Amino acid sequence: MFQSVLFYLFALILLGAACGVVFSRNPVHSVMFLVLTFFQSAVLWLMAEAEFLAIVLVLVYVGAVMVLFLFVVMMLEVKIEAAKRGLTRYAPLGIGIALLMVFELVQLIWLRGQGFSGTSGFAATPEGYSNTKALGAVLYTEHVYAFEIAAVILLLAIIAAITLTMRKRPGLKVQDIGAQVSVRAKDRVRIVKMDAEKKQ
Amino acid sequence: MIGLEHYLTLAAMLFVLSIAGIVINRRNLILLLMCIELMLLAVNFNFVAFSRYLGDETGQVFVFFILTVAAAEAAIGLAILVVLFRNRRSIAVQELNTLKG
Repeated sequence: MFQSVLFYLFALILLGAACGVVFSRNPVHSVMFLVLTFFQSAVLWLMAEAEFLAIVLVLVYVGAVMVLFLFVVMMLEVKIEAAKRGLTRYAPLGIGIALLMVFELVQLIWLRGQGFSGTSGFAATPEGYSNTKALGAVLYTEHVYAFEIAAVILLLAIIAAITLTMRKRPGLKVQDIGAQVSVRAKDRVRIVKMDAEKKQ
Repeated sequence: MIGLEHYLTLAAMLFVLSIAGIVINRRNLILLLMCIELMLLAVNFNFVAFSRYLGDETGQVFVFFILTVAAAEAAIGLAILVVLFRNRRSIAVQELNTLKG
């Protein structure tokens, strides 16, 4: 019972924060609401006993991705007035699509879900069960190739982001390390063989 | 007792909210990216709920990979956004009509 109350409370905060992301006028407020959304999701995943993913969500999303978003939002000055005009113009269309999808999805879940026996709650995990250990045991054995591909994708993201945003400014006085290292002595010093000359 | 259907319903509501956000905020590229993050979060909710319901950790491994790909997507998307702003001094979607011909 207590768990149900907690679930509904956190779910309510989650949906409120998501509404804040969508309807907020200021992009910085949107990012802050998104951080709150991720925190609430982490709490709900903790309640579902997916502890490792909850911690990863807080560390990776709130710690890295959201900070990246915040940097970009603050770096680009976005005119709030322009966003305001669009909000009222497209609101009927957005709400219409949302209501249609709510109808479809809820119907799907509640009508087709009769065979789930889902209302009885999740099965209890055995004594001494460690979510992180179980996840690691699957991740590094069965899904090891996918794990390596994920590493390559992250490397690709690093290279793509750096090459996209790096810019060369002309006229800058900087050292060219490659040219300095690859220089040879014969390019700089010329040794001339000649006979000794008598002093006048 | 909180079970599968509660999590699925919550994920569906989150997904629908982010779809409405994409339609409503289609002037602002940053908000579009944030709404995509919300949609991925809703999908992850479904994976976690079914993983717990079926007692199979593979669903949670999938969530792990989705988080990885979403982080890469956010990094590249924001990099493109920064380059776009540097070149055009604006990130308004309605001004991105160069490819229209």
